[in-house]
Amino acid sequence: MVMMLHRLVYLHYYTALNRLFRALLAAFLVVFIWTAGCAPHRPTHTEDGRILVRYWEKWTGFEGAAMQAVVDDFNRSQDRIFVDMLTVSEIDQKLMLAIMGGHPPDVAGLWSHNVNVYAERGALTPLDSFLDRAGITQDDYIPVFWDLCEHRGFMWALPSTPASLALHWNKRLFREAGLDPDRPPRSIAELEAMNERLTTVRIVRDGERMEIPFSELTEAEREAQAFTVLRMGHLPDEPGWWIPMWGFWFGADLAADDRTITAVSPENLEAFEWIQMYPRTYGLHNLRRFGSALGAFASPQNAFLDEQVAMILQGVWMFNFIDRYAPHMEWGVAAFPSVDLDRLPDVTIVESDVLVIPNGATHPKAAFEFIQYVNQRDPMEKLVIGQRKFSPLAETSDDFIERHPNPHIETFMELAQSSGARYEPRLSVWNEYRDEMVVAAERIFSMRVTPEEALSSVEDRIQRRLDRVMHRWDLIRDERLREWSEYDAR
Amino acid sequence: MTRGERRTLLIGLAFISPWIMGLLLMNLYPVLATMYYSFTDYVVMARPIWIGTLNYREMGTDPVFWQSLYNTVSYALIAIPLGLLFSFLIAVMLNQAMIGRSVFRTIFFLPAMVPFVAVAMIWLWVFHGQFGILNYGLQLIGVDGPNWLVDERYTKPSLVIMSIWSVGGAMVICLAALQDVPRQLYESAELDGASFWRQVWHITIPMISPVLYFNLIMGIIISLQLFIQPYIMFGPEGGPNRSALFYAVYLYENAFSYGNMGYACAMAWVLFMIIVIMTWLATRSTRKRIYYAGE
Repeated sequence: MVMMLHRLVYLHYYTALNRLFRALLAAFLVVFIWTAGCAPHRPTHTEDGRILVRYWEKWTGFEGAAMQAVVDDFNRSQDRIFVDMLTVSEIDQKLMLAIMGGHPPDVAGLWSHNVNVYAERGALTPLDSFLDRAGITQDDYIPVFWDLCEHRGFMWALPSTPASLALHWNKRLFREAGLDPDRPPRSIAELEAMNERLTTVRIVRDGERMEIPFSELTEAEREAQAFTVLRMGHLPDEPGWWIPMWGFWFGADLAADDRTITAVSPENLEAFEWIQMYPRTYGLHNLRRFGSALGAFASPQNAFLDEQVAMILQGVWMFNFIDRYAPHMEWGVAAFPSVDLDRLPDVTIVESDVLVIPNGATHPKAAFEFIQYVNQRDPMEKLVIGQRKFSPLAETSDDFIERHPNPHIETFMELAQSSGARYEPRLSVWNEYRDEMVVAAERIFSMRVTPEEALSSVEDRIQRRLDRVMHRWDLIRDERLREWSEYDAR
Repeated sequence: MTRGERRTLLIGLAFISPWIMGLLLMNLYPVLATMYYSFTDYVVMARPIWIGTLNYREMGTDPVFWQSLYNTVSYALIAIPLGLLFSFLIAVMLNQAMIGRSVFRTIFFLPAMVPFVAVAMIWLWVFHGQFGILNYGLQLIGVDGPNWLVDERYTKPSLVIMSIWSVGGAMVICLAALQDVPRQLYESAELDGASFWRQVWHITIPMISPVLYFNLIMGIIISLQLFIQPYIMFGPEGGPNRSALFYAVYLYENAFSYGNMGYACAMAWVLFMIIVIMTWLATRSTRKRIYYAGE
């Protein structure tokens, strides 16, 4: 009897547990399948009914804060749209994955060199119909920044904060070397003559250790290269960020058109022969030893800020680092000298941060309203002064230059507006091309190969890649162009 | 199968269904998809275009592919045996009765706990040509150290030295196996007059051979997929004269920087085949030398 009772109780509990288990299992499976098969719910509106525009941006620090201030102004300026800015690292790669996954943000801050690659892959929304409706035209901008946002006849972005590059020189070191501190070099030949006077070496002469300018070495001492470099006037690979594009200062084009690579042009060869002149003149071992002692860019040990290198090619942002790490430095800014001042005046490289609407954005119209707001004069000036850059707009307020903290901002603006303003080739294979050029430059600088050998190898390899990319483009061109021209903002 | 057995089976399958779903969605599908994409021109955003075996044929004429493969295989051929040797020797030493044994075990294992990125950053300074502690040490014994990360002859040896520093994981596995070797085998060998090294050769190595084999296979896989350290230390270009451009780095660059996803998928399959072949060769050549107690 007791046994039977025990068995009944056991069965009762067993059945109850079994039911409980089944219910839990069913609930788990429902949740699992739901979460595996469905996208997470993303609100499209704020709680107070405003359209929620998601904005991904790469900036952090004071640059991020400057953009956030503009976003806050926009959110306060109206009550229909709310922009939510999110800082995203490696944005160019993550945005591509987000677009692929079907959940892109509504606005994204990319770099101008991303525009053509993204556009050609169908990852962006063409802005032409938005621009027509808003009455925004090329005339509103410094021409080169409009060009940076265009690809294959369509507009894909509007600039946010642009930049141009210039020669920065240390006036104190110029004075110390007996040079006029207010007269920077105007040609590559002048640059090299000044370089020899600004470069300081340590050498043992007649048993005595001495520190003298490179220009005071005898022919035999130069040939022996038995000295230690203490300071350089200029080094083409410090910081070396634009080493693939030194050819611009020699009149080179890295591509003839969107189908032809021209890495081995006479002008580009001349540029890389100039680069190879450095290890030949100063000694590869000496330069490597000197280079390995230079500090990180964003630090007080930065080669220029620490007065290890007297002249560098740098962008408009360099002022931020001078201001932070070497506020007492006497410095000047001018166009980096080209090989021929008359033929190639005011050569610079320009680039820009840009705002785009990814393909598949939930609220493209609201997104464009925000982009349009940023591209008005006052918000733009607030942004660029906050980020210490200059405005891409053709017209600035009368007191813009006075209000700007960078004392040389006008030079950067003039360079961007000059006929010598150049930018990275608009090629789909540019990332690969750039990496190949960096490797080629390293081989040339290390004197393993001649410039012609290195650049021929780059040209062969990248041309093959480009041919393949263009073959793909030819297959999809008509479909793409039709798609883009039929896109209507309405 | 009875009704009850079928029911039990279904309940069992239901329990492991999250794992099965995960395997199918997160592993099997991507693997099969990469096989398809490897035969296409695929740039991620646009639809893939079938190009047959072009990606595979292109690898044959791509000098950077061959250089990255050469760098990776030559690194693996040096790093794997050295890693095995050092992990085994350190484990043998730490298995001896001595004061502070557990402290030493911890010290030797610690590097394996350091994240790869931190390891790379530390060694960037250790190998620094002018201020590095390694060259400073060499200078103390009268050797003028090389510029490890700038001179192409020393980039791969630098990475090998780093890999040896991080053998803690393999060492712990060896150590666990060493503690399972029956004590009486050593006692009888001692009675027969076997020296320490003869005991190691004739008892220790055969008895822990399955673990050495496991470390060998893991070493092959890890070495051929080396990515983080060379990427951080030498960048995507692979350092001086591309001497530290590793296969996985070149694959990653093709996939995510150059937009050649089809080519990257083909490279991934070639790497998979290389790992399979090397594992098969390792298994075949060691089959008769591995002792499993149960067999």
